[in-house]
Amino acid sequence: MSWWRKDKKPRRPRRESVERLEIPPDVWEKCEACGHTDLRDKFARNLNVCPACDYHRRIRAHEYVSILLDEGSSKEVDANLRSTDPLGFPEYPQRLKKASAASGSGDAMLAASGTLGDMPVNLGVMDFGFMGGSMGSVVGEKIARLGQRSLERKYPLVLVSASGGARMQEGVLSLMQMAKASALLSQLGERRIPYVSILTNPTMGGVSASFAMLGDAILAEPGAVIGFAGPRVIKQTMGQDLPEGFQAAEFLLDHGIVDDVVHRRDLKKTVGQLLRHMSGKPALTGWSAP
Amino acid sequence: MATTANTLEFERPLVELEKQIDELKKMAGDQQLTVSAEIAPLEQKLTELRTEIYRNLSPYQRVQVARSSKRPFTLDYIRLALADFIELHGDRSFRDDAAIIGGWARLDGETVMVIGHQRGRDAKENLHRNFGMPHPEGYRKALRLMKLAEKFHVPVLTFIDTQGAWAGLGAEERGQSEAIARNLYEMSRLDVPIIATVIGEGGSGGALALGVGDRVLMLENAVYSVITVEGCAIILWKDGKSPEMREKAAAALHITAQDLLELRTIDEIVPEPPGGAQADHEAAAKSLQQALLRNLDDLRHLKPDKLVRRRREKYLRIGQFSE
Ligand SMILES: [Zn+2]
Repeated sequence: MSWWRKDKKPRRPRRESVERLEIPPDVWEKCEACGHTDLRDKFARNLNVCPACDYHRRIRAHEYVSILLDEGSSKEVDANLRSTDPLGFPEYPQRLKKASAASGSGDAMLAASGTLGDMPVNLGVMDFGFMGGSMGSVVGEKIARLGQRSLERKYPLVLVSASGGARMQEGVLSLMQMAKASALLSQLGERRIPYVSILTNPTMGGVSASFAMLGDAILAEPGAVIGFAGPRVIKQTMGQDLPEGFQAAEFLLDHGIVDDVVHRRDLKKTVGQLLRHMSGKPALTGWSAP
Repeated sequence: MATTANTLEFERPLVELEKQIDELKKMAGDQQLTVSAEIAPLEQKLTELRTEIYRNLSPYQRVQVARSSKRPFTLDYIRLALADFIELHGDRSFRDDAAIIGGWARLDGETVMVIGHQRGRDAKENLHRNFGMPHPEGYRKALRLMKLAEKFHVPVLTFIDTQGAWAGLGAEERGQSEAIARNLYEMSRLDVPIIATVIGEGGSGGALALGVGDRVLMLENAVYSVITVEGCAIILWKDGKSPEMREKAAAALHITAQDLLELRTIDEIVPEPPGGAQADHEAAAKSLQQALLRNLDDLRHLKPDKLVRRRREKYLRIGQFSE
């Protein structure tokens, strides 16, 4: 029930992430949620979680890779997949170019292989900085290929979501990526290959309504907003205000939708523990925070 | 006769002509005059005009047609194209969601499981049906019925006709996302044939949750989209109201049956009678029935594992990218 605590209430994260990346290299940084000011380095060492209020700031896909995978083990895969403009959608090529330049990413998902606590895994991390983490053909294909690799070697799959939903600019092709990802996951399920889904802020729409909700275990970062429809739309259709903390990770935990809410510093340990349970491997001793 | 209040703008000329014909017929009846010589060419003209108008519908006009309350809904197709229907209610957990209906029925004598979105024709019915916009329990009922069909080796037919899954407090609390995701997952492994047909509007994830199939068909005037045309126009041009912006968004999104066929996201277009399915429910149902029978015949001989493998392969191929 921690989501209604008044004193530490994390503010709804702002939607722009790109700008946050361009903070000048000052020594000091201020928490967006509580205003706590601290050494930039201290934020960084705390995995960009506010030392005062535990607000989980948005971080980039490659940062999750280094948080989750063992040092030196990760290798990016399918890095060359790029979105085309299959519908000739207004402004889409320009938007892609802009997103690429601003984020330094090829698309909204980073796919990697590596080890997590000495266990080989395939890892996909969505990048909200690239067009709001929207899922188009490239995201769908990267998930499909990660899954295919997992099928071939029986390696567990871990996906980290951060997305506003399906990418409008690829129309129904984006919609169908939901079915594509789910079709792959059903194969993993039948072969009893574990899949852990990690939900970060935000996980909405077509991403939420497909692979994100299909984990053998579903973990969410504290305060992450997770849902099918956006709060604005719901407020409109309901004609009433939404309860405090609605669609926050803790709300979903209360409603039985996620397995647990896990602090960023505990993610690796928790995922490793889960994967070991689900793949019949002995417990690993000597865990330390990444 | 159609009232003007319910008439789409582009159908006005048709309504005028129909009115003329009706008046002539009435005159003929009242005064025993033989006006059939005058009526025949008018009726001929009506058919031609209707065909012409419908052949040239713009994408947004098709959205309007797809949403029309005069079109046949799931229950109409069940009544006209299937037989021996017995409805099954509820998700066995929370409640019965009337926005999705389902049950056993027969297609040309053979038992099928039919599941579809159900809209209402008037305000009262729409309140009950929630405008055909399901809550999680609706999708869970659908899944329950699909698993039931699988248990008894019965094919599944789904009819898609929704603006989308309901966006509301209760829907979120009960896991709208999970319910949709679960259906995508299970439909991609169900080992009986699934034929999904978009009969009206296929709105986003709420449509897709009944839409993973060995064959996905679309009625000629149906639309299928990742986002509503209005929603897209708001995001792109901050204007979801003006007809021009809606038209632009509808064109940009590629939502017509022809568009989807070209993008290889559906398998077949089911022809509608002249003037659309709403002009002749029986003819539309007949056309759909034939398409369902033919597709089911193609799938019937496939072994379950091959059926599932082919279905998955089909979805794994969808997408366009460069490398
Ligand atoms: Zn803080």
